[in-house]
Amino acid sequence: MNPFHYSKPDSVQDAVHLAGPASRFIAGGTNLLDLMKENVTRPEHLIDITGLPLREVSETARGGLMIGALVSNADLAWHPLIEQRYPLLSQAILAGASPQLRNMASTGGNLLQRTRCYYFYDASVPCNKREPGSGCPARDGLNRIHAIFGASAQCVATHPSDMCVALAALEAVVHVQGRGGARSIEFADFHRLPGEAPERDNQLADDELITAIELPAAGFADCSHYLKIRDRASYAFALVSVAAALKVVGPIIREARLVLGGVAHKPWRDKAVESWLTGKAPSRETFTAAADTLLQNAEPLEHNAFKVKLARRAIVRALSDAAQGGQPDE
Amino acid sequence: MSATTPDAAQPSFARLPLGLTLNGQERQLEILPWTTLLDLLREQLDLVGTKKGCDHGQCGACTVLLNGKRVNACLTLAVMCDGADLVTVEGLANGEELHPMQRAFIKHDAFQCGYCTPGQICSAVGLANEGRAQTSEQIREGMSGNLCRCGAYNNIRDAIEEALPACMQGVGQGGGQ
Ligand SMILES: Cc1cc2nc3c(=O)[nH]c(=O)nc-3n(C[C@H](O)[C@H](O)[C@H](O)COP(=O)(O)OP(=O)(O)OC[C@H]3O[C@@H](n4cnc5c(N)ncnc54)[C@H](O)[C@@H]3O)c2cc1C
Ligand code: FES
Ligand code: FES
Repeated sequence: MNPFHYSKPDSVQDAVHLAGPASRFIAGGTNLLDLMKENVTRPEHLIDITGLPLREVSETARGGLMIGALVSNADLAWHPLIEQRYPLLSQAILAGASPQLRNMASTGGNLLQRTRCYYFYDASVPCNKREPGSGCPARDGLNRIHAIFGASAQCVATHPSDMCVALAALEAVVHVQGRGGARSIEFADFHRLPGEAPERDNQLADDELITAIELPAAGFADCSHYLKIRDRASYAFALVSVAAALKVVGPIIREARLVLGGVAHKPWRDKAVESWLTGKAPSRETFTAAADTLLQNAEPLEHNAFKVKLARRAIVRALSDAAQGGQPDE
Repeated sequence: MSATTPDAAQPSFARLPLGLTLNGQERQLEILPWTTLLDLLREQLDLVGTKKGCDHGQCGACTVLLNGKRVNACLTLAVMCDGADLVTVEGLANGEELHPMQRAFIKHDAFQCGYCTPGQICSAVGLANEGRAQTSEQIREGMSGNLCRCGAYNNIRDAIEEALPACMQGVGQGGGQ
């Protein structure tokens, strides 16, 4: 780790005033310290935000929930209101990392965790995300865990979060505060595709702090399921994951949400497929057709074509489980 | 194993005060900002029960109880523990009397080389404090953050399964007060 200065502000105002291009906020530290040990990130100044009053989960006037940025992943997954009203989010969080890491990791930090691309993590090789303009060895290298959607010539990395896949499906809103004031960002717009600027994972400015994540009222508690496929049964990142949420009235799907994780630079949501599902009967045929349509646009690399097949089966299974009330059919 | 933090001889960086309760004792320390909790324990305080396996949050060997919750000391900055109640494997026993989880590990022969064991035991106490796991399957999943290269998993699970009820009733809760 490189030497750095340390401060611990006790108000959001002070925190954003201390922030600059060479500083980083630190919450759980589970991603930032890891990257600092690998010399991938070398901040001159760490701003410890764990003293800020951002640990509440409260009900909103609109029937949703406001989750403070410092609520730990474990506390959020086990919060009674989340378990009752947003089981998809609980499941996604509990599918990620380990119990120790979930005790440490924060809601805000989870959104900002960086890719697990091997080349990004190895400071001795080129990587456009780590060092803009240096090249992308993953495109023609070891790309088994990389993107099958939305990649660019510059970067084929994926976003590793499980929680974010559920937040995308639930249409969460990210509340941020910068020196210039506060703003809120729709979840779909928060993370970005790599394009020409893969060094930027999201649209947050250097001085902006995530203060809260807002969940809208619709939690799809009756019919949702998070399915994560990985190399071992626990404590591994997703190769492919699926957040499926349905509103089924009588024999008909009235609303559908379908978001994939582990396949793109951001949670991958296909709204066209969601609208196609709307009005159909929930059946294996319907779900298979939806998966096939969604995956038509996949662009696999040399070593990750298996993700297309895997995603197809995972989508069908997740939607089927969601339709049956979220209970995995095993 | 050496510390992964930079040289202590950094003139422009002042040492920071750190006050915490460590295994029941109040401690006032001074540390450099980049010292991890794991390096503080092992290199500065000679509490080498807490092990360094991967130093990247991937193995659980460094698990300690911070305010009753299990965390990885390798990914924790020591300075961020100011004011905390910290329990390491050295602090679990009550004098000569081992913690029920420690006794169960011995009874079930829940280790081979023993390197992962302090982390396993602290993690198991943390699991009990959480109060979520009951079935054997839930214990397995709840202990997935602790790897054992010797593969003593079955005995580890058996030990935890036996000690869990006693621990969940609050007997010797490591740092949970
Ligand atoms: C071994 C291992 C396995 C893992 N497995 C999984 C997995 O399977 N699934 C999964 O989803 N995740 C997994 N994770 C990642 C883990 O979920 C993230 O590291 C964690 O969520 C990050 O949260 P944090 O609070 O620790 O962030 P930090 O490390 O403190 O910060 C991460 C980044 O966010 C910034 N930041 C933090 N909070 C704020 C804020 N409020 N506003 C603005 N910026 C902020 C920091 O500056 C930093 O750049 C794993 C991690 C490890 C080490
Ligand atoms: S040493 Fe901390 S998790 Fe491996
Ligand atoms: S007993 Fe050897 S690593 Fe677990």
